[in-house]
Amino acid sequence: MKLRGVKFVAALALGLAGCAGGVSDDEARARAEQIFRESFTHGNRQMAAKVETQDEVQALCSRYRNEPPKDVAEKIEREQAAGIRYPASGKFLGDWKQGEKIAQDGYGMRFTDPDTKRPNGGGCYNCHRIAPAEISYGTIGPSLYRFGALRGAGEATQRYAFGKIYDSQAYLACSHMPRFGHNNVLTEEQITHLVALLLDPDSPVNR
Amino acid sequence: MADPMRIRASMAGDKVEVRVLMSHEMETGLRKDAAGALVPPHFIQNVTVTHAGKTVLSAQWGTSISKNPFMHFRFKGGKPGEKVTISWVDNKGERRSDEAVISGG
Amino acid sequence: MSFHHLPAAVLVGVLAAALPCICVAQQDTQKEIERYRQLLAEGNPADLFEARGEELWKTPRGPKKASLEQCDLGLGAGVLKGAFAQLPRYFADTDRVQDLESRLVTCRVTLQGIDPAEATRNPFSAPGRPSDMEALASFVAGQSRGMKLAAPLRHEKELEAFRTGEQLFYRRAGPHDFACVSCHGESGKRIRLQELPKLTDPDDAQKIFTTWPAYRVSQGSVRTMQHRLYDCYWQMRHPQMDYTSEASIALEVFMAKYANGGEIQAPGLKR
Repeated sequence: MKLRGVKFVAALALGLAGCAGGVSDDEARARAEQIFRESFTHGNRQMAAKVETQDEVQALCSRYRNEPPKDVAEKIEREQAAGIRYPASGKFLGDWKQGEKIAQDGYGMRFTDPDTKRPNGGGCYNCHRIAPAEISYGTIGPSLYRFGALRGAGEATQRYAFGKIYDSQAYLACSHMPRFGHNNVLTEEQITHLVALLLDPDSPVNR
Repeated sequence: MADPMRIRASMAGDKVEVRVLMSHEMETGLRKDAAGALVPPHFIQNVTVTHAGKTVLSAQWGTSISKNPFMHFRFKGGKPGEKVTISWVDNKGERRSDEAVISGG
Repeated sequence: MSFHHLPAAVLVGVLAAALPCICVAQQDTQKEIERYRQLLAEGNPADLFEARGEELWKTPRGPKKASLEQCDLGLGAGVLKGAFAQLPRYFADTDRVQDLESRLVTCRVTLQGIDPAEATRNPFSAPGRPSDMEALASFVAGQSRGMKLAAPLRHEKELEAFRTGEQLFYRRAGPHDFACVSCHGESGKRIRLQELPKLTDPDDAQKIFTTWPAYRVSQGSVRTMQHRLYDCYWQMRHPQMDYTSEASIALEVFMAKYANGGEIQAPGLKR
């Protein structure tokens, strides 16, 4: 994070060097957008319409290759934080047993997932180590093993965990982690179950 | 008829070393298709390998053998230039037989 | 495991012992997976696809009753050896950059007279519905086995495809905000137990890109690079990518730049 300014200047220099062919980044992007639109024409058109448009955060993070300059990053984090909808009840902790199921489940929103009654999964184990019994875990994200044991389960931590799952970019602009709440992948209730998986002292994550 | 088997037979010391790759769906009967219906079992039940009129290997397979099965084994008594014949029969009565010539190794 | 009742000194000792244990356990998992893969590598069912592909290449078919033996894959009509190693590339006759599969489609249409819709109707096999494209791709790729990948990246359209592929590689979209770079932007990472190559790092790209097409055990079939991209977009919560779309070829050109120099090990074997 401290190097953001330096990286931005370096990236700008590289970007300019890359323009030697006479094609600006903007031109390349415009052409790529056109080609993208023409390359998903035979499949699910509703899904195509959704991915053809990027929201502001997606466009910025694409443009800066996930290393936005400091001011851009701060703006993203501020705006995403402002968009987090915390539970009206003030209750962040759900049921860790359901949280484990949600963390294991990768179902939802793929073009082979037609059942809109079945809730989406979080697919958390794809990227994270979580409960120790599960050895089939990914390493794209940090290990969450002992997450609660290390931080305690106080209200501030509960709020943080909820917010991070709801919208990871409120904390780290252009994070690789999907914005599960902001993008309506997971419901508020599902997120509370994941918070419990991470923070409940009885959760296998913390025992 | 299923695709031909891919067979390699060569000398390894005084034994013949055979590698055979068979093309077969090997459906267990437990899998469901996209519509939710059970796909009927369809798997190789018997494998026989013969050389010079004698059976050198005989196998009874079940549903735990995976799709496109591969088998690797050795037997005594074969010489370069001679033929090895591999045959299978599946639970539907379909069959396939292919042969290979033993190479020098 | 509960440490609550242990005195502090013992606790520290146990924790110190536990930490290396976690690391070793991870390495053991990696070693065992590698050993399992090596055992599977003999008897690669891709062999069956290569054989069928060779038959399809040589058999006269379609309204023109012609074989594919005059197909120009970039090195001249009918030249198979090394052709796959120099794809994707620009082709003057179609005035576009093409990859292996798109070129096979071109040849099936022009040489054999097969209708373009028919030629692209069944690119990815399903049980009971084998795909000719997978067999042909396996055969042609196998003809470059052991050679170094050398996609040209010289012609104006090849360079343009690279720039497009680069933009697409970083393009975040969909409900999960995924781009290719989300999973392929760092070395040494994995999804569940599947390692991921950093596709812009030649050290990774040269080793992995050249293992496609490959027999995928989980799919029960050889899968090609077109399928790999289609499957990635499925996981990225995007819709179905059109077979041999311009986006797919742009991404392949982008990846080839970093993978060039890698030894072609196709058709490979994967989970």
